[in-house]
Amino acid sequence: MGTGALAHIRICDFTGQLAGAGATKFLAAMGAEVIRIEDPVTEGRWDILRGAPPFKDKRRGPEFGSGFNNHNVNKLGITLNLRTERGKELLAELVRRSDAVTENFAPGVLERWGFGYSHLRELKEDILYVSNCGFGQVGPYGTFKSWGPIAQAVCGLTFTSGLPEQPPAGWGYSYMDHTGGYYMAIAILAGLFHRARTGEGQWIDMSCTEAGAALCGPALLDADVNDRPLRRPGSPNSNRNPWPAMAPHGIYPADGDDDWIAISVADDEQWRRFAALVGEPWATDERWRARDERLDHQDELDKAVGAWTRGQERFALAERLRHAGVAAAPVQRPGERIDGDPSTAAYGLWPTVQHAAMGEIRVDGLPVHLSETDWAITEGGPLLGMHNDDVYTRVLGLSASEVDGLRAEGVI
Amino acid sequence: MGGPLQGITVVELAGELCAYTGKLLADLGADVTLVEPVAGSPLRWYEPFAGDVADPDRSLWWWHYQAGKSAVAADLDTADGAAKARALLERADVVVEAAGPGVLDACGLGSEALRAANPRLIWVSITSHGAADPRSSQPSTDLTLLAEGGPVWSCGYDDHSLPPVRGGGGQAGHTAGHYAAMSLLAALLHRELSGRGQHIDVNAYAAANVTTEMASYGWLAAQSTVQRQTGRHAATRPTQPTQVMCADGRYVNTGPPRRGADFGQLADWLDSLGLADEFDEMGVLRLGVELEHISMAQMEEHDLVGEIFAAGRAAMFFLAERLGAYELFLGLQQRGMPAGIIYSPEEVAADPHFEARHWARPVHHPELGRTVRYTGLPVTFPATPAGELRPAPKLAERS
Repeated sequence: MGTGALAHIRICDFTGQLAGAGATKFLAAMGAEVIRIEDPVTEGRWDILRGAPPFKDKRRGPEFGSGFNNHNVNKLGITLNLRTERGKELLAELVRRSDAVTENFAPGVLERWGFGYSHLRELKEDILYVSNCGFGQVGPYGTFKSWGPIAQAVCGLTFTSGLPEQPPAGWGYSYMDHTGGYYMAIAILAGLFHRARTGEGQWIDMSCTEAGAALCGPALLDADVNDRPLRRPGSPNSNRNPWPAMAPHGIYPADGDDDWIAISVADDEQWRRFAALVGEPWATDERWRARDERLDHQDELDKAVGAWTRGQERFALAERLRHAGVAAAPVQRPGERIDGDPSTAAYGLWPTVQHAAMGEIRVDGLPVHLSETDWAITEGGPLLGMHNDDVYTRVLGLSASEVDGLRAEGVI
Repeated sequence: MGGPLQGITVVELAGELCAYTGKLLADLGADVTLVEPVAGSPLRWYEPFAGDVADPDRSLWWWHYQAGKSAVAADLDTADGAAKARALLERADVVVEAAGPGVLDACGLGSEALRAANPRLIWVSITSHGAADPRSSQPSTDLTLLAEGGPVWSCGYDDHSLPPVRGGGGQAGHTAGHYAAMSLLAALLHRELSGRGQHIDVNAYAAANVTTEMASYGWLAAQSTVQRQTGRHAATRPTQPTQVMCADGRYVNTGPPRRGADFGQLADWLDSLGLADEFDEMGVLRLGVELEHISMAQMEEHDLVGEIFAAGRAAMFFLAERLGAYELFLGLQQRGMPAGIIYSPEEVAADPHFEARHWARPVHHPELGRTVRYTGLPVTFPATPAGELRPAPKLAERS
């Protein structure tokens, strides 16, 4: 601790999974002191990723979930039993010493524990409270359950991903857990900035589905202004690009089992270069020189492009196309982009952390660099109660024997 | 304007990869000025157009991303234009640009020179592959970034003869934009203490790479490779479908019931619909009420638990065949089971929940003689409520 843009910030953190923990991971990487509170009775299992696969080795249990580790690096972990009065007193003390309280429980959980915003504010008038749930706390769906795939279904994003005559392909991962976390970090940081300038706290309640729906803007406008809904025959075909319109634009077969290459030809000039590189009669046919012709006959064009790419090695072909000034990229498997493309590691994208139980393990870093206060990720996700001694003595001012007493009484 | 960033001056050099960052900042209340060529930014020609009339003031892409901003016309490769831009950049709190490595330096508008002139300046450069990578000077698109960056590998269908799928909406730029906004907010907070700005390098390819959930961390931890599946998480081993087509042809995403209460709820629901006799596994379904929560381990140990689990799943599919998607979604959620209707974007704005929350933002468009619904704010700040959203700047409205 002590360096980074946010070294002066302390977060009293109840977040879990990815939609919440991802937000405070960013803050921790930027130097904030994030104190993650977990329940000793259930071994922190309100975060389902504690102890969930994938695993690094044969060991199982709450200290071995690699997703949990990935999302909780550089955080401090304490245990606190909020069923006990002493536990509640300690939480109140921690709130008094924090800049923000963060959580992504179902609506009303913190309130039921007696730590709703009105009480948080009594404890510390300028506290920032940021909650993040699937549908927001107010409204007909306020109590509805949600996780990433549900938020992305209801917000419109799942529908945007697919091929004609097929069901929605959706997102093969919780895009809205990542993105909900990003928005939550934005909410926390903007709330802290307002507080730094005015001394005023507030309760920011975030709805993950609304955040997701904000990512489908032009589609909403096209439906409203042009009466052209995205749900219509032949739509969506999301490997194509209507905005801006490009053709050819798609994911084409390459040589190899399940090997694919993405190609985007943005304009007539790029088509000229693409056609010259292909060099076959179909490509140099004058007919395809006009963008409208290419857009109007994309099925036919895609078939020809796919027949040309099919036998070719995707990395070499992408390289040739790029050099010719045409956007192209292989569809990369995880190992190909993480270990095969040296640029990602060179960017510092996969920092190795020391995890107290798992040992050395690589995690997702941040895709940015700040010239004066860059991020750092060095510590693994905390074991259950790993920082109890540190936090209860240094932050809350208890003595070592008092902490031992809490442990004996089952408070921590 | 309202919003937590009111009073913060942002200059955005119009570009596809930074448009969304500027939009996030405008939505947070910052005063965002776009700098675009005198002839108009090429982004003004992005389809679709209002009424399908190709016109630099009618691009709906431009309307969405540039609403709430004002614009200044300046050609950066001319002495006058560069001087005009320089005057703006020197006074800014934050600069956001996606010009590509070296391009602004060649115009005398490089970040180092301007940061020397204004040490408080926070300068955000968004590039496709990072400021130092030669690929950032080569063409790339949302499709190619998501293809090489990881998301595409995980999306598509069980049938791998179909190509993997790039999700829609320009998410490569959105993800880079989220990291840009988070980073510059951290830098603003730091500046409150130190008085110093800084340069922020945002790498869109890297942003996609760390936004793939277990595709990345499964490889990092265990060198495992996920495989795409229809409408659900890519996984190292095949998993059961979670996306179900309903009687109206629309889809709902759901998980199979696991809690004892869920089985009772499903059985009662079938009863109330008069379908109990038609559903063969009603008896097994009712047995589920006795269980607390079904775990994978229990299913492996006890055949009956596995049968109950299968009956729960079957009940859900049975209901889907007889109900519309909205009915199934609402019915499951009201009975405490997670489910999500798969809406298309325009259906979200018309949904009663989002209407009750006044999510969509009305923007008056005099040229259409009507009010248009824009996406709502992703986050609202009670201490600093946002003002009305202004339409994107027209060519004639620039200074």
